[in-house]
Amino acid sequence: MNPFAEYAISALLLFGGAFTLVGAIGLARLPDFYTRLHGPTKATTVGVGAIMLSSVIYFSASGESIDISEILITVFLLMTAPVSANMLAKAAMHIGVKTVDNTEGHPWEQ
Amino acid sequence: MLDRLNFPQPGLSLTLFVIWQILSEGVSGGSIVLGLILAWLIPQLTHGFWPERPAVVKIWRMPIYVMRVLKDIVVASCSVAWLILSLRTPRPAFINYPLKLEHPLAISILASTISLTPGTVSADISDDNKTLLIHALDAASDQEVIDAIHNRYEKPLMEMFQ
Amino acid sequence: MITIALYLTIAMVTLAALLNVYRLIKGPDEPDRVLAIDTLNVNAIALIILLGITLGTRMYLESALLIAVMGFVSTVAMAKYLKRGSVIE
Repeated sequence: MNPFAEYAISALLLFGGAFTLVGAIGLARLPDFYTRLHGPTKATTVGVGAIMLSSVIYFSASGESIDISEILITVFLLMTAPVSANMLAKAAMHIGVKTVDNTEGHPWEQ
Repeated sequence: MLDRLNFPQPGLSLTLFVIWQILSEGVSGGSIVLGLILAWLIPQLTHGFWPERPAVVKIWRMPIYVMRVLKDIVVASCSVAWLILSLRTPRPAFINYPLKLEHPLAISILASTISLTPGTVSADISDDNKTLLIHALDAASDQEVIDAIHNRYEKPLMEMFQ
Repeated sequence: MITIALYLTIAMVTLAALLNVYRLIKGPDEPDRVLAIDTLNVNAIALIILLGITLGTRMYLESALLIAVMGFVSTVAMAKYLKRGSVIE
């Protein structure tokens, strides 16, 4: 495999892994549900996106035929992440999940 | 029965057909037949859920918008990652965003964009489709977030959906 | 070099999954738990892709796609259940 592809794959893998980990740290550390919603829906999508991209480069660099299933999964995740975040936020507002004290503004009454 | 042998949504049918070819192990006679059946059946079954025909969309502006959103996702992810790793307490805020877009598809694209770009999540929309409730992870001021979203995402969408 | 990066990434994603399990157990509200399960789904997809690269096969991509689809449907179903008290009206 040519060395440039190796560098790119390794960098993308580490980048993706770091973002997945940071998203999970955000999920564990942030103070209330609404702030926790920010960690995984984004950082994880970026993380998985980078890992997918490195997989695409790896398999095309090892001379296999082009297969765009990875891209399909990434596009699917990018399309569904906002929808599930929105549904969860609505459910949380309906239940009346507490917000952290220094939040400005307030959720709508349902 | 014969009068239902049409494709009410050519775009959806084409997308389904192409995706089925990608998922199959190579294009063959069987995958083409099954792809055609799915491309016909799924639009028929989901007919009731689709709204009436969308407004005129300037589709050629879409790639520019998508590239801008992808770039913003990466850049803003880094700032959110930095915020999570630094021990500073974030200043979360609920923001009422006054919508200027009117088309439902444009509003849902805007809401998805807001959710995808880190730091903001669209949480709810008012019944009259005029106000979007946004939760921001770290907002210095409401107006700053509203202006940023308006200039960066809503204006291109307004040009697209006219 | 790829092997080292691969193992480091697998370690990071596994650690992320453990942190999600911590949130899943701790709660404190139901939406938190649903969010933790949703994130676990995404981490599972990442681990499957990494396994595919490690073993040099694309066989597992199908299962990653299935987890992506099922994970989305189950998250929406659980969110709807929390909001309305039923999934299908």
